[in-house]
Amino acid sequence: MQSNAALEYDYSVAKLFTYTAILFGILGMTIGTLIASQMAFPELNYLFGEYGTFSRLRPVHTTVVVYGFTLSGVWATFYYLGQRVLKVSMAESKFLMFIGKLHFWLYFVGALVATISLLMGITQAKEYAQYEWPIDIVIVIIWVLWGISIFGIIGIRREKSLYISLWYYIACFLGVAMLYLFNNMAVPTYFVSGMGSILHSVSMYSGTNDALVQWWWGHNAVAFVFTVPIVAMIYYFLPKESGQAIYSYKLSLLSFWGLMFVYLWAGSHHLLYSTVPDWMQTMGSIFSVVLILPSWGSAINMLLTMKGEWNQLTENPLIKFMVLASTFYMLSTLEGPIQAIKSVNAIAHFTDWIPGHVHDGVLGWVVFMVMAGLFHMAPRMFKREIYSKKLLEAQFWLQTTAVVLYFTSMWIAGITQGMMWRAVDEYGNLMYSFIDTVAVLHPYYAIRALSGVLYLVGFLMFAYNMIKTMSSSRELTEEPQFRSPMA
Amino acid sequence: MDIRNIQGYASFFMTIFLVIVLYGYIIHLYRSEKRGERDYEKYGNIALDDEIDSKPIEENPKAMSENEEQNK
Repeated sequence: MQSNAALEYDYSVAKLFTYTAILFGILGMTIGTLIASQMAFPELNYLFGEYGTFSRLRPVHTTVVVYGFTLSGVWATFYYLGQRVLKVSMAESKFLMFIGKLHFWLYFVGALVATISLLMGITQAKEYAQYEWPIDIVIVIIWVLWGISIFGIIGIRREKSLYISLWYYIACFLGVAMLYLFNNMAVPTYFVSGMGSILHSVSMYSGTNDALVQWWWGHNAVAFVFTVPIVAMIYYFLPKESGQAIYSYKLSLLSFWGLMFVYLWAGSHHLLYSTVPDWMQTMGSIFSVVLILPSWGSAINMLLTMKGEWNQLTENPLIKFMVLASTFYMLSTLEGPIQAIKSVNAIAHFTDWIPGHVHDGVLGWVVFMVMAGLFHMAPRMFKREIYSKKLLEAQFWLQTTAVVLYFTSMWIAGITQGMMWRAVDEYGNLMYSFIDTVAVLHPYYAIRALSGVLYLVGFLMFAYNMIKTMSSSRELTEEPQFRSPMA
Repeated sequence: MDIRNIQGYASFFMTIFLVIVLYGYIIHLYRSEKRGERDYEKYGNIALDDEIDSKPIEENPKAMSENEEQNK
């Protein structure tokens, strides 16, 4: 380590991941809006031949927003704040700079190839784990590179204690590493049988076991990609932007261990009323309900951090984004456990209430928090003020309206669907056929498509604001300490 | 007893054990702060005062010894 008076934090890797977060965000949300429109207007399935059908595009949407947009946001914020809370610059280690850049470029090329492979229809058909085995191997290498970056920079830190955000990034790293490996254990069939496609593989698990391992991963992709690293972000960006230390650091530690303890066991709630052992279904339900406590522990800790400073909510749009994100985190982590209760699940399972739940979490919590984090970072990374406060305000209200339209339409659609599927007449016959539900749900699907358009427009406003901030906004002479400057 | 029952019981008792560990940790946190052994709340300032030249809340002994060596 060098002692240098002019030493500065090095944001070159954080900047690269910021660019991909914007790029993959636009791509993933455009496809999301298109497939939402396809649900309302099926003719839209035929725009691009086989490459434009819902079945081909749906995994592209989910993987691009999860592993493209969100992970880019996670890594951009990690490479930014990891240095700051450890008080060490990446520029102090040539090795870490090299690993960071390799991490980015391998990820960027890998993500493009992976997305193209899904468009071509190459998939192992496991939800949120569609990539075939050669891409899985590349993903493992990318993940290991991130691990080297995390533990490498921790190894040369000046600050002895690891700030709570880093605990969450480490949990993201370890949780995904373990679960991804287990869920993607597969046998490439070509090497066993000597025939067929070299890319094809089958899972090492069969039947119910395969489903259990799949949902152990599937639900924890939500835990360790959509929750844990986003909590890491809010624990840094909200205190830093508001100038208020976390309300209770002890509560943040408790919530961390509580979340780690409980989240891993909740995945079997995806398999209620299936062939998995009954005790395991009950365990999934109970742990899901208990999960409210650590989730709300973090969220309330964040809201209490603003104690005595609520005026900032009206003055600073970034605080508005983060407080709304925290509130949607509370809503979403209350809604999930309710859906996991067996009797509620009997109505909710397989209905549109499930994507409704997912989207109030991701649109309201994940995307809001990632955008707020990147907006906070921009003046520090590019040494320019945020281009337009007015645009930021307009974006906030447009996207908040979009989220509300999305989840309310899907709540109504889902519950209607669930009730119609199980409705029986006086003789015990089903009252409705499947197509009856489709006809009833059409207006709600149209509302969802509209909300997709509004949210996408909001995201384009974010992208425009960011690009203008990078390129033509007023230059700053010194780094802002807390509140981000904006024109 | 078949394997499913054993798995069920193992899961139950492990849960009880982990609950005890978690509550033990909560007690440990509050007790060590009450006795004045640790101040956990000061770590919240790591995020607020995060300039590269600001004084760490708790200096890493390894970084300190390296700095001293370079200053010799």
